[in-house]
Amino acid sequence: MRAWIVLLTLLTVSTAAPTAASAASLFEERSPMCLQCHGEKGVSETPETPSLGGMTPQFLLIQLYLFREGTRKVELMNEMAKGMTDDDLRTFSDFIAKLPPPPPPAQQGDPARMARGKALSEQNRCGFCHNPDYSGRDQMPRIRNQREDYLVKSMREYKNETRPGYEPTMIEVLRPLNDADIVELAYYLAHVR
Amino acid sequence: MSLTISVRRRLLAGTVSALLLAGLPALAQQPPADPPAASPAPTMPAPAAPAPAATPAPAPAAAPAIPPGSPLFGRPNSESAAKLAPVAPPPIPTAAEKLPLDKLKVPAGFKVEVYASGIANARSLREGDKGTVFVGARLVDKVSAIVNKDGKRTVKVIASGLHRPNGLAFKDGTLYIAELSKISKIEKIEDNLDNPPKPTMIYDDLPKDEAHGWKFIAIGPDNMLYIPVGQPCNNCLPPDTHAQIRRIGLDGKGMEVVARGVRNTVGFDWHPTSKEMYFTDNGRDWMSEDVPEDELNRITKVGQHFGAPFCYQGNVLDAELGWGKSCSDYEKPVSLMGPHSAALGMRFNTSTKFPAKFKNTIFVARHGSWNRSKKVGGDVVAVQLDAKGNVKSVEPFMTGFLGADNNYVARPVDVLFMKDGSMLVSDDFNGAVYRVSYGK
Repeated sequence: MRAWIVLLTLLTVSTAAPTAASAASLFEERSPMCLQCHGEKGVSETPETPSLGGMTPQFLLIQLYLFREGTRKVELMNEMAKGMTDDDLRTFSDFIAKLPPPPPPAQQGDPARMARGKALSEQNRCGFCHNPDYSGRDQMPRIRNQREDYLVKSMREYKNETRPGYEPTMIEVLRPLNDADIVELAYYLAHVR
Repeated sequence: MSLTISVRRRLLAGTVSALLLAGLPALAQQPPADPPAASPAPTMPAPAAPAPAATPAPAPAAAPAIPPGSPLFGRPNSESAAKLAPVAPPPIPTAAEKLPLDKLKVPAGFKVEVYASGIANARSLREGDKGTVFVGARLVDKVSAIVNKDGKRTVKVIASGLHRPNGLAFKDGTLYIAELSKISKIEKIEDNLDNPPKPTMIYDDLPKDEAHGWKFIAIGPDNMLYIPVGQPCNNCLPPDTHAQIRRIGLDGKGMEVVARGVRNTVGFDWHPTSKEMYFTDNGRDWMSEDVPEDELNRITKVGQHFGAPFCYQGNVLDAELGWGKSCSDYEKPVSLMGPHSAALGMRFNTSTKFPAKFKNTIFVARHGSWNRSKKVGGDVVAVQLDAKGNVKSVEPFMTGFLGADNNYVARPVDVLFMKDGSMLVSDDFNGAVYRVSYGK
């Protein structure tokens, strides 16, 4: 619901003055909308919408670029990035990169499921690129304490190749995993502490 | 249609597809056949301090073997290895005035200038009959044209919405574009640069694997279009359809495999007099810092096998897949190109303006390593051949892409000899094309 309101607001505003808006007013106009869905403190409470706290500016810039170009297809985000200049993309990625990392969920993970997820992560070497604590680096995102539903969604998109990615590494990594593995991995990464 | 209705319709469509997606069973995809022998499973440190759970989680046994085909296959669990991952170029091109032109060095008598900038992820280069330079891309969806008109150069996007349109070829007014799994063409492109028609597909009987799926293409002296199909993984036994170079007619018909055992070639060209094809090939990752080296190969007969994934650099059997094999059963490279150096685009020098010593010399863009602690490559090297087509020497020609601090300031991808006798070099890190010329 929140996403609908944001998109409607965005379209009303941006169609009113699509190109005339100066960089400053574009930022003032759209940055509150980022936080509305993705969470003011870096923790998203919107279904299937990622928490962006603790992400690197490199990762954020690449994703915003892919949204602007339409290479990564998420309608709301494609609209959000529409008309942004290269400098706007940098401003927004630097702004979002300052949000604090999300804390682990209050509830502890179920030990048996956590053990299964941890074993899968070790087998598939998730920590090799995303760091052993999954905090992310360079173009590789933080996945520690990400929303579980978003982790499932992203991994399914890589698995069925509807999200080609910038570099295609995640498609290769997910090829040998099945859907049950994806569900367990997401549970573990969301709850890890 | 009012704005609100149109938005609602699109949102609904999005929601429906998201629901469908969520309910979709995971695509059952087979890992490549014949998993290689398991490597010793590295043990991982615990990702974080153990949680004070009421019932402690049972400690899993040593991590099971990594699935074959994983890009991380063979990577040791060491601190040094943990620092290495592919270097992703920024998606946004560097502004012309910020390009590292002063860092790029060429031999005395040559000069480097910026030919064009603002071309995100500039990769393969081709020159049209009328002097337009076409530029492919791997990480963005566009093919660009550098248009020369009335002494001015402008950059235009001539095709977009393409999937990894890395490879380009040009013949008789027609531009050929290689996406990940599709070859298409635009006829009379230079007459229609302001309003180019959409590319029309001529061949799509190609695997859709992302790993090493982007393509370099070229038209040979036989008027056939040469298309590589890379190994779909860092190190695995590829299906019969992969790890090869094919050729097809310009009508898309008559496919024939011309070389096998090719892990991932991103550059080839034909000797101006012998008409033999030479190609670069990238060796596997994670075997060691110094081995294997990338290769420069030469095809003397259709159907030759160049070793991958069993034998690399002509004399090193793969640690997993080399058992029971012998390097003497495969073609040896004519030159080694440096470990992990990513030897990519290459051309024989056809310039009449370059000094005579560079006649028939191969210029190879080494994109530069990621899978090595001290990076190598990040240069254009000159490969001199003897009269028999064997390699005499490999010398640095254009350097400075890799800084003394082990970081890239630019990364060369392809080279192109222009009709005016200069050489262009593409840089996918800054989204630029440089021009190297000799003399005044």
